[in-house]
Amino acid sequence: MSTPILEMKNITKTFPGVRALSDVSFRVTPGAIHCLVGENGAGKSTLMKVLSGVYPYGDYTGDILLRSAPQKFRGIADSERAGIGIIYQELALVPDMTVFDNIMLGHEIKNGLTVDLNETIKKATEMLKKVRLDLNPSTKVKDLGVGKQQLVEIAKALSRDVSILILDEPTAALNEDDCDNLLDILRALKRDGVTCIMISHKLKEVIRIADTVTVLRDGQTVCTLDAASGEVSEGVLIKHMVGREIDDVYPKREKKISDEVVLDVKDWTVFSHGLGRTVLKDVNFHVRRGEIVGFAGLMGSGRTELARSVFGNPDGYRIAGEVAVEGVPKRFSEPRAAIDSGVAYVTEDRKKNGLILIQDVKQNVTLANLRSLASRGVVDANGETKVAEDYRAALAIKTPSIGQTVVNLSGGNQQKVSVAKWLFVKPKVLILDEPTRGIDVGAKYEIYTLMNRLVDEGMSIVMISSELPEILGMSDRIYTVSSGRITGELAIKDATQEKIMQLATS
Amino acid sequence: MIFKDLRTAVRSNIREYGMYIALVVIMGIFTITTGGVFISSRNIANLLNQTGYIAVLAIGMTLVIVIRHIDLSVGFLSGFLGAIAAIAMTAWGFPAWAAILAALAMGTLAGLLTGFLVANVGIPAFVASLAGWLIYRGALLLVTLKTGTIIIPSKFFNAIGNGYLPDIFPVDSTFLPDLHKLTLLIGILAIILFNFQSLRDRKNRQTYGFEVPHSDMFVMKLVFISIVLGLITWVIAGYNGMSWTLAIVLVVVMVYHFVTTKTVLGRHIYAVGGNPEAAELSGVSVKKITLIVFGSMGLMCGLSGILFASRLQSATTTAGTLFELDAIAAAYIGGVSAAGGVGKVTGSLIGAIVYMSLTSGMNLMGTDISLQYIIRGAVLVAAVVFDVTTRRAKS
Ligand SMILES: Nc1ncnc2c1ncn2[C@@H]1O[C@H](COP(=O)(O)OP(=O)(O)OP(=O)(O)O)[C@@H](O)[C@H]1O
Ligand SMILES: [Mg+2]
Repeated sequence: MSTPILEMKNITKTFPGVRALSDVSFRVTPGAIHCLVGENGAGKSTLMKVLSGVYPYGDYTGDILLRSAPQKFRGIADSERAGIGIIYQELALVPDMTVFDNIMLGHEIKNGLTVDLNETIKKATEMLKKVRLDLNPSTKVKDLGVGKQQLVEIAKALSRDVSILILDEPTAALNEDDCDNLLDILRALKRDGVTCIMISHKLKEVIRIADTVTVLRDGQTVCTLDAASGEVSEGVLIKHMVGREIDDVYPKREKKISDEVVLDVKDWTVFSHGLGRTVLKDVNFHVRRGEIVGFAGLMGSGRTELARSVFGNPDGYRIAGEVAVEGVPKRFSEPRAAIDSGVAYVTEDRKKNGLILIQDVKQNVTLANLRSLASRGVVDANGETKVAEDYRAALAIKTPSIGQTVVNLSGGNQQKVSVAKWLFVKPKVLILDEPTRGIDVGAKYEIYTLMNRLVDEGMSIVMISSELPEILGMSDRIYTVSSGRITGELAIKDATQEKIMQLATS
Repeated sequence: MIFKDLRTAVRSNIREYGMYIALVVIMGIFTITTGGVFISSRNIANLLNQTGYIAVLAIGMTLVIVIRHIDLSVGFLSGFLGAIAAIAMTAWGFPAWAAILAALAMGTLAGLLTGFLVANVGIPAFVASLAGWLIYRGALLLVTLKTGTIIIPSKFFNAIGNGYLPDIFPVDSTFLPDLHKLTLLIGILAIILFNFQSLRDRKNRQTYGFEVPHSDMFVMKLVFISIVLGLITWVIAGYNGMSWTLAIVLVVVMVYHFVTTKTVLGRHIYAVGGNPEAAELSGVSVKKITLIVFGSMGLMCGLSGILFASRLQSATTTAGTLFELDAIAAAYIGGVSAAGGVGKVTGSLIGAIVYMSLTSGMNLMGTDISLQYIIRGAVLVAAVVFDVTTRRAKS
């Protein structure tokens, strides 16, 4: 092995009540694509935050060596100067600003006192070319899809002349095409001599792209594997990550689907005032008791709009069509009404609209059904604690206590909290929007098992997912959605990846 | 062992205790600089009576700020409602209780109106309540135009801002001659109730098998708080006893504290403040919560107007001027966060007392008014800086 460009030695980092990293060592060869994998809460993001100076020198113990020179970053500015760029798990763009403003944010090119617009746009365009993004740099970021936003983030990092680029779950929110594109760009960056460190839960893509893989578990390095030696495979990674083997990622279940239709949506047409166009047209679908119905489609095809418009329409769309729950026609004026009729919706973006980040695990778990814990409006505090403890155990939520503020949990554990919240509502129909985004294999398995148990107990599940294997592995029936229309309905025995892709892009 | 527990307890709760420490420090300083006058029962009684009308506004404002809004109209609304109460008694021949109810009801309606503009029409609270500021100021001038200051004749009404609870024992009895016995009794009951409640909570948690603080720690906390409550009671009982204003404020704080910490409504308010979109998707009606919070703010304006008019025994053309800023300052000193979702009504009460202690103490010292403003501003900044830094240290 050549001398490492980066070496982290014996890094230990603790938070109140949590030892996030203990004695972790990590070395990266120059020009490599180095992947970091591990369960939710294993410490991957924390390790990268230590590296990029988010946790400054003194907040952790251990050494960081860059090209053999010890570093003491006091903040992100320091690490940036040393050539380290980081793209966080959560996108950090300003939605109302243009693409070029976002790329140059904090590094504006000045012309005397004012920003030199021409130079800025020129530089931004150059960066966009590097990430093969062909768009007008004056577009507002909010008008871009997640995939393109992710690329803008990379362009932003590249504009800082980075030699080490850290990407924390960059593909979590991307569909397959966007993923492929991103991986291509990483390869191109590698040819330009940029070293990449990528965190991901998508093991397939890790195997495709990685030169080296380091596995973390419970804040410790388990092993570092070399792709060239041929020792990297999905099974091996999973075993190192969770400490046991998982043979079948999608657990089997005995189907108990009744003929009774629990949720029936007819001639559903939705007009968005905000976008000024019809987002869904003549959508018809139904869900039977005990059934898992998958909704496949590309990002922006209208699946989330469909879920939200059915779930009490919080966005104020104009809607024509009918919904019936267990055969009874309903008109949901707000989410509360939908919840009271037994419909629950786990949002795709847990931070933005799924969780109350400044509140603790307990408060988040009980929020949607607080009334059931109250008599005459007064909450039974002990009963509440008990409920929260039960769900923490049932979903194996990793947290020092249910009093922990949710913002301090790792991404995957936050997702579990938002699922727990909706399970506590005890719905008839549970709509899951990208339920396993950012979740590790072990936790995915747990969530799938849980879904199976729920439908077994008579619940019905609608699962919106951009991951085809997951759609194929879990659904009983699949709808494909494209440009606001249902373009196909497939029984699971007839469904293949190709068929779905074809219908979803038609 | 205990000492270590105590230190970690203090450290992890520094944000909560900070306010109390600040209050004790400020009171200590003034007690020294005024040669003990500040802490005298008489001055404290006065101080608390002055704090009343700001404190109730600060309590209402706490919830408004928690749900990420602001209400600038509260000062003149409270002045206007005080004038309405005075006019109701003098010109319309309302009995005092009816005038009070009228002011409270009108206040609630006015609050709901602001809430409607914010929640249903979607006007920013700053603008909606700025309009209210102008309108109520005009309305106050209008209703006092002919008469100027309106003198309130009702003894019952004026007692709210100036009177004290009657004593249960004759004043000249030989048993504890210089103390207000009813106040002592209330204080003792409060201490007993507090201890009883704490013990019950602890037992309850234990039967569920939940974690409870170490028993030494627990006892120490109980003893400490009991002593503090006892001292406060002693000081207050040393003059005329508990004033009606103080009694009203305490009841309001207890009700709001209960609602915000124990009820579904309270939890929904904090959820809306923490993340409105997530709250809405969790079945909490953000509109309804906004209406309720602004309605409660209006109710508190009515109460504040009554307390102030009663204290002056009259309604003036300038009543309520700058109350809104005092209330907002008190809430921020009390630890409310502008980012939403964080803040306690008990904190705001302490904030109001801190804020009014500054005024009272500096008045006693004869500090020039110009300097008073500067010092109050500095304390406000210091309080918020403390709040922000301790929060950052925690996360
Ligand atoms: N600011 C914080 N305060 C307290 N605990 C924290 C904080 N940040 C992280 N943790 C804890 O540290 C541990 C490691 O978290 P980290 O975010 O690094 O996990 P991760 O490997 O990135 O997981 P994921 O795959 O879910 O994103 C977790 O147990 C988490 O709860
Ligand atoms: Mg992470």
